Formats: sequence, structure tokens, C-alpha cells
Amino acid sequence: MRQRLLPSPVLALAAAAGAVLLAGCTSTASTATSGSADAAGTPAAITVDSTDDACTVSTAEAPSGVLHFAVTNSGSDVTEFYVLGADGLQVVGEVENIGPGISRDLVVQAAPGTYTLACKPGMTGDGIRSTFTVNDSGADLTPTGPTGELIATAVANYKAYVDDQVGQLLAGTKEFAAAYIAGDDAKAKALYAPVRMHWERIEPVAESFGDLDPILDAREADLEEGQDWTGWHRIEKDLWPPASGYTALTPAERKTVADKLVADTQTLADRTADLTFRVDQLGNGAKELLDEVATGKITGEEETWSHTDLWDFQANLEGAKVMYAGLAPVVQRVDPELATTLDTRFAAVQALLDKLRDGDGFVYYDALSADQIKELAAAVDALSEPLSTLTATALQAAGGGSAVASPASS
Amino acid sequence: MTAVSRRALLTGIGVGAASVAAVGVGAAAIARQSEDEPVATGRTYDFYGAHQAGIVTPMQDHLHAAAFDLTTTSRDDLVRLLQAWSAAAAAMTAGSPVGLYGAVNGPYDAPPDDTGEALDLPASGLTITIGLGPSLFRTSDGVDRFGLADRLPAGFGPLPAFPRDTLDEAICGGDLFVQACADEAQVAVHAVRTFAREAFGTAAVRWSQLGFGRSSVTSSADSTPRNLFGFKDGTNNITSDDAAGLDDFVWVQPEDGTDWMTGGSYLAVRKIRMTIETWDRTSLREQEAVFGRTKREGSPLSGGTEHTVPDFAATGRDGAPLIPTDSHMALAHPSANDGHRILRRAYNYTDGSDGLGRLEAGLFFLGYARDLSRQFVPMQLRLSRSDRMNEYVRYLSSAAFAIPPGAAGPGGFVGERLFA
Repeated sequence: MRQRLLPSPVLALAAAAGAVLLAGCTSTASTATSGSADAAGTPAAITVDSTDDACTVSTAEAPSGVLHFAVTNSGSDVTEFYVLGADGLQVVGEVENIGPGISRDLVVQAAPGTYTLACKPGMTGDGIRSTFTVNDSGADLTPTGPTGELIATAVANYKAYVDDQVGQLLAGTKEFAAAYIAGDDAKAKALYAPVRMHWERIEPVAESFGDLDPILDAREADLEEGQDWTGWHRIEKDLWPPASGYTALTPAERKTVADKLVADTQTLADRTADLTFRVDQLGNGAKELLDEVATGKITGEEETWSHTDLWDFQANLEGAKVMYAGLAPVVQRVDPELATTLDTRFAAVQALLDKLRDGDGFVYYDALSADQIKELAAAVDALSEPLSTLTATALQAAGGGSAVASPASS
Repeated sequence: MTAVSRRALLTGIGVGAASVAAVGVGAAAIARQSEDEPVATGRTYDFYGAHQAGIVTPMQDHLHAAAFDLTTTSRDDLVRLLQAWSAAAAAMTAGSPVGLYGAVNGPYDAPPDDTGEALDLPASGLTITIGLGPSLFRTSDGVDRFGLADRLPAGFGPLPAFPRDTLDEAICGGDLFVQACADEAQVAVHAVRTFAREAFGTAAVRWSQLGFGRSSVTSSADSTPRNLFGFKDGTNNITSDDAAGLDDFVWVQPEDGTDWMTGGSYLAVRKIRMTIETWDRTSLREQEAVFGRTKREGSPLSGGTEHTVPDFAATGRDGAPLIPTDSHMALAHPSANDGHRILRRAYNYTDGSDGLGRLEAGLFFLGYARDLSRQFVPMQLRLSRSDRMNEYVRYLSSAAFAIPPGAAGPGGFVGERLFA
């Protein structure tokens, strides 16, 4: 399977932050395995020794194509290593935050030309620079250039999508809360899953606010002893109570928890208004949404009482697809095979979900057979694995730069 | 007890072994034994002593742990079981079959005393460690079945509910506990099987767990092994040569106020499923940020090598800490836990697959401490609240056991002072 998951040299390269996957880099798809990094054809690492006052590179030239730098910090301070364009400004690739004694790899794709290498012990100043020549090996290289604009567009479009979803979430939450406070349980139950879909579509964004996520979306099992339970799932249990051993909330308690839900959602809306996104957040966000499906929805853990897990599943999938769609033109440019794989597998998961539609919604999780759950799980895994390489592929297309420097979203 | 040493059997009936060799299978077995380093499979650990073995003992490669529920309410039955277990444990850890007649020497019309699957195997460093659950002293309904409620050690009880726990009650808790560790899986399984057989009528197996690939190190001579996330785990463990650390953090001391436990310890058990499929789709950057260490060397992200003291104050670009504050290491480190440490003795496990095409795998966490309520509970609470790793794990089980001091010698048994 690994060969198919790493369908092209570019993708394998992009995935290989460390040396382990490098065996896939220059092998053809039919022979690539996840085996040893010493396999024939692996580009020999160019070693870089960064000390407090020197930046020793094992060679001053290399053939064009995949360049693999093994950077060791032999100094006493935190260091960084850069591959810069001939102008000494444009960042082709970089690794940052290398602690003393630590080694880290940098894999870049370099066209023929003159480059500047720089170690930056202490992370300040221009660093210790040297010139590096890349000779023409005849290797095909990923086109670069206009991808920058594509990425900027993707990021801007995603921001608009998040704003729209948060707006709909807030409006829907108010309607849901009003019905619940008024004791109109039928209406509240009908609104519960569709309104939550706005949350689920942008879950990684919502979860990025570590304080809001638990008060809005904690499940009972997430709590510690003595902790107040608020948010969606508190109301879920009250609307779909267990058959025995449960005390319903009083009207006053209903109002308290519903008002808080609205207020906390308003806070979420206020905070997302100021958010900006990076390309790696789009790529990682898509993967994280599928992780949510794999760990929470496939198992029926998310909606313990309402069993509306498939609504969340659909929303996670849509959210991931929006993130991917933004980056798709970029992926199409650098790795058309990955784009085809992702398109096909997104469609396959959607086709399975479509079979489980019931009216405006879906069948409930507790009505699914073991075989249906297994089929969904397999389709999600088949999509998630190549999707996990999206970030690295997009960053590769972006040509390193500031996006690489930013820590991955979590 | 005239048990015959399995090793004596091996050498004593060498002619028989040689004749078996002609068919090939025996030849392979014998060749393997002679190639193995004697220390790896032939080592033995004394069952008797001031402390039970299997706590600071250098970790063997295989684990079979089990918890039992008592089916009797007779204190005498309970004592007899602990006596029988201790005698069987002494025989098995010495490499001997159990029972008067062992596996093949008894009356022809009776089932053999020993089940026999470990017959040709050396002691394999087997250790058997016996524990007592809080429910032995008082059930969750408050019933004192054995007149032991007033002997419950201060500060000892069931572990509290931690945030994000998704526990399966059927594999939590237990009245009695046994941990069998050995260099051969079959020897460890033989020990638990023998215990279960001894217990019929008195206690029944509540849950049991196989583990492999020790995921901790309790000897400073061993290198740190890797867990199923691919990271070195438990680098900063308390090791057997750290006498002060053991007295401070592992062995119950006279001043702790529970005389019958002096020289013993307490054990926290947590079965931690790893969602390894989502982990494997995570970037190396995120993986290292989760642990706070590099994957290759296990160095703290602040620099140095594996055993370099982490510098949590070190910052990188934009002043962000090199070791994320929500990384596993930052939260589990003694500096974040009032200096408290525990002795980790965790094993990797794989229970086949989960029916959804994913490996049912993770870490079977065993942590020993002098006082769980001070050393373990606050740390686990901190981890359950904030650990960046939580996204990739599920806590499936939870149990606490009192691990009494060792049995003094032949005729003595684990827990003897509790019943005195």
C-alpha cells in the first residue's frame, strides 16, 4: 500500500520530514517501500554542522533535484538553518528551533542555480552564510511561482467560509436555545444535529480555542470529578435522557445552560473574527477533521444520547473537503496523482454516507450494522492516509517560506 | 514439595533429548537454547525477600497480568489462596513445576498437577508480583467481606475518575492482582494460568492482559525501549540502583503508618489504547511536539542527548518554549509534579484488531509508587486535562492495588502481615 500512498517522488519527498520515508523519494512507484533509508537511490545527505561561530557544509555543490540536508547543532545555543535564493532573501527551505546537540533534517527541491546557505546560531542576525551551487542534473522539478497566489486565495476563501459557518452556528444556536428554554423539545431535537453541523464543519478552528472547546463541546466522559458540565452535550442528554437514573433539568436549569451556550458561541464568533489562517492549517485541518471522524464518529462516541453521529460525520467531511478544495489547484500543479486520489476517495466516502440518508438527515448511529460501520471506517482510512500528506505537499508547493516556520496548528 | 527443576530435567534426561533431536524439532530447540545468552532466558529471581520481585527487577520482555474477584466470603479461603499462590510462585520462579508431582510424574489417572506448557523452558527470569485491590478491604457498597476494612492503608483507594476516561468496567479494578513477567511469553502465561487454576472456587479471573516489548527501563544498564508511537518512553524512570529514589518514591516506609505494608508499594494500572492510525498520519513535527523529545534520540527538544536534563525555559523563534508546555514530558516531569516520581513498568500490547480494520494496540501502563494519591493521581490529572497526547490515546481501564512486602521465606506468603 505504501507505494500507492506515496504516488510520486514529490509527494514522498514532501512527506519525508525525517529520513525514514526517503526511500520512497527517488524510487519509482512500483519499487518504493517504507523500508530502509539507505536503499539505493536515496540522495546522500549533505551534512551541516552548525556551531556558535561556524557553519560547516559537507559540500558546496550538488545536482539539481531533491536535496537532503542533515543539520546538527554542535553549538551551545538554539540554531536555525536556511536555504536561500541567490538574492539571499527568498527562503527555499528552513528548519528552526534546533536545540543544542539536536539533529534535524531538511528536504528541499532545488532547481539549478546559485543559493545561499545560512546557519543562524542564536536565531538573530543574518547568520553564517556560504554560497551553494546546484548543477543541472536534468531532473524534472515541480513548477513554482504562481502557486503563491493560489495559496493566498485558498487562505482568504477559507477565512470567508469560517466566518459564514460561525455566523450560521450563532443564529442556529439562538433558535435552538430558545426552543429548548420554551420546553419545545420536538423543535429543539430537530434543530440539534443540523445546527451542530456548523460547528463540526470548522471543528479544528473551534478546538483551537482551548478554553471554549470544553465548555461548548465536552462529553460527559471528558469531565473530571466535580467539574461543571455545560454545552451541547449537556443539553443532548437532557433531550434524549437515559431510560433510568437520570434527573431532568428544571426550567431554570435549562435556561442557565442554554443561555451560557449562546453566550459562549458569541464569544467564539467574536474571536474567530480576528483569526487569520496559514496554508499548513488548511492542510492539517483537513486531516484533523478526518481524524475526528475516525476516532469519534465512526465509533458513535460523539453523540452518545442522540445518536446523530452521521450528521457530524457529514459535516466533518464537508469541512475537510472545503479545506482540500482550496488547496486542490496547488496540489493539482505539484502532484496531480494525489489530487486524483483525494478526489476519488472523498467521493467514495460521500457515496457511502449518501446511502445512509434518511429524509433531510441520516439514519441514527445505533441503527447501523457492524458491516456498515466497518465499511465507513475503511473508506475514511483510505481517504485519511493520502490526506495526511496534503500539508507537506502544499508547503512544498509554497516553496518553504514563512508557512514552514510556523508551528503546525493543533 | 519435591518439585523437579525444569533445568535439571533438561540436563538430566539428555539422552532423551538427543534421541528427539533426530526428528529435527528438538535439534532446533536445543540449538536455540545454546545460542541464547544464558542471562537472557536462564536468569532466576528469588520470590522471597523484603520486597516482592517484579518491581525493580530489570524488565523482562513479556507480561501476563490478571486481576481476580473473590467468589468466597471466607477469610480462611482467602488466606489459603494467598498461601497456595505464594508456594506456586516460589516454585515457578525457581524454574520448577508446581504441585507434588509436577506435570508428568503423578498418578496416571489424575490430571497433572502442573499444566506442563513451561516444562522444557528455563525459569526465564520469571517474577510474580501479587497485589490486593481496595475492594478486598471494602466493596464499593461498603461491605467488609473479610474483616479487613480497618486495615485499609491510609490514602489507598480506587483511582478517581480522570477527565476523558472511557473505561470499560469489566477490565477495571479487581480484588486480587498478579503480574507475571518473564523473558519467555509462555512462562508468564503459565504462571497466570496456574494461579487461575489454584483460585477456582475461591476467586475467578476478572480480566487479564498480555504485554510485550517492555516499554520502560528499570535498570540503568538497559537502553530505553520504544513504545508503539515509536518514541523512547520513561527515560527518566527510577532505576534499581537508585536506593534513595526507591526509598523516597517506591517502597512504603515505617513512618507511612501502615505497618503491614512497610517494604511494599502501590500500583496504578491503566490500559491506554493508542489510536495509532491517526498518529501515523501526523507530521514528525507534531509527533515530537507531543512528546517534547526527538524521535530518533529521545533528546529533550531543548537540546542535548537522551539523558540531558530538559530545559523548560529554553525558547526558540518568537520566544515560544522549545519544549511545548502541553507536551507529555513537560507535564509528566518531576519538576511539574512537586518533585514526585513514580517507577514505570509499562508494556506494549496488541489485542488483535478492533473490528474496524484498526489495530487494537497501545500501552499497558503499570506504575509503582509509595503513595499513589500524592505521586500518581495529581500527575495523571494534569495529563488527562492537558496532555497534547490525549488526542491520540484512550484510557480504557483503571485499577489500583496495594503490593505487600515480599514473603519472608518458604511457608510464608504475600500479605501474611495483613492477616496477623
